[in-house]
Amino acid sequence: MNVRAAITIFSKDIRSELRTRYALNALIMFVITTLSVILFAIGNESVSPEVLSGVLWIIIFFSTMSGLSRTFVSEEERGTVLTLQLVARPVEVYCGKLLFNLVLLFALNTFTVALYLIFVTSFSVSSYSIFITTLVLGTLGLASASTIIAAIISKANTKGTLYPVLSFPILLPLLLTVINATKMAADGAALSEAAGEFQVLASYLVVITAVSYLLFEHVWKD
Amino acid sequence: MPELIFQAKDLTKTFSRRRIFSGISFVLGKSDSLAITGKNGSGKTTLLKILAGVLSPSRGSTEILSDGSRIKDADRFLYLGLVSPYLQLYDEFTAWENLDIFRKVRDSRVPESRLDALLERVRLSDRKGDPVRTYSSGMKQRLKYAFALIHDPPVLLLDEPASNLDREGISTVYGIIEEQKKKGIVIIATNDAEDLKYSNRIIDLDLLKAGGAS
Repeated sequence: MNVRAAITIFSKDIRSELRTRYALNALIMFVITTLSVILFAIGNESVSPEVLSGVLWIIIFFSTMSGLSRTFVSEEERGTVLTLQLVARPVEVYCGKLLFNLVLLFALNTFTVALYLIFVTSFSVSSYSIFITTLVLGTLGLASASTIIAAIISKANTKGTLYPVLSFPILLPLLLTVINATKMAADGAALSEAAGEFQVLASYLVVITAVSYLLFEHVWKD
Repeated sequence: MPELIFQAKDLTKTFSRRRIFSGISFVLGKSDSLAITGKNGSGKTTLLKILAGVLSPSRGSTEILSDGSRIKDADRFLYLGLVSPYLQLYDEFTAWENLDIFRKVRDSRVPESRLDALLERVRLSDRKGDPVRTYSSGMKQRLKYAFALIHDPPVLLLDEPASNLDREGISTVYGIIEEQKKKGIVIIATNDAEDLKYSNRIIDLDLLKAGGAS
């Protein structure tokens, strides 16, 4: 694999995103709108940390679904897939796109969590070490899974609806684990108590990335 | 320069149950040029995509041999250049940025000066800093030639090579084809009689379907 090619594809996607705002604007608007609706819905009610941990990851899941598919869908819609196929090996395209989705999702999740901690006052984090580790591992797993799913659905006719439908069963183990770990962070559990959750998240990341790496060439080529 | 052979063996393509073409075989070496003709829907573009390695045949195979050694499928793109109406470049980038991205992705150690020379060749130097979205269809077609030639590929695949071009553009393209024929292989998918003059072999997909000789 030519690392320079993957980095160039990543840099091309970043520059393209900054010029076209294909995904960025949609993601930011989605997070702000969803958070506003949740704040109106909660009102002055007292909501448990379990529910609020789940709500945080629901926002992250659906905002991921609304924006991360663009990395492949935009190539397909603009007809530039063939161009990429002619200049790079599939693995280089996959790594470049994965890197782009990772950066985009890390930026999005940092923004989402910051807004969530500021505005949802009944949610507070007692163990930041668990919370940050969960956020990092969850983001890595989410980006990895959503990249290969985006590559698959970009070939389909019903891209918009297929993405969350196909993603949900694949992301379910990840979502259940991060919600549980976030609840532990809110409850102030010791870092060692969350070791099991971290092992699941790390294993999920390794399995999804390895499977994606092996599958991508078949998905990428018609 | 290594001796290059481009060969196709018994290529067949079917979509669902519809057979597009079958039994296409050829061997091309340096200075060979092949034209693929046939009416609309006969499978010219499909065949060209298979030869470019971006579409799999239902049966058969294509190979590039360099000094007798088979080039791996994953590395085939390093030996090919394609110009086609369905090939798209990035509209939000300028012509120069597009070429620079593809130069770096291919890692062909091509100097930046080659990009300027190619843009000059296709007469886009004065517009190289403009976003591609502001280009006319003819200018985009000329930029595709610069894209296909960045790495000086031994095999050049052209689908409707003169489409959207003015007289001067067509003359530039025929010049490129003549040059390519001296140092490598050219495969053209076309129905234009003028384009056919630049080929020393022809595969007629309609004749092939009818059971005649190609």
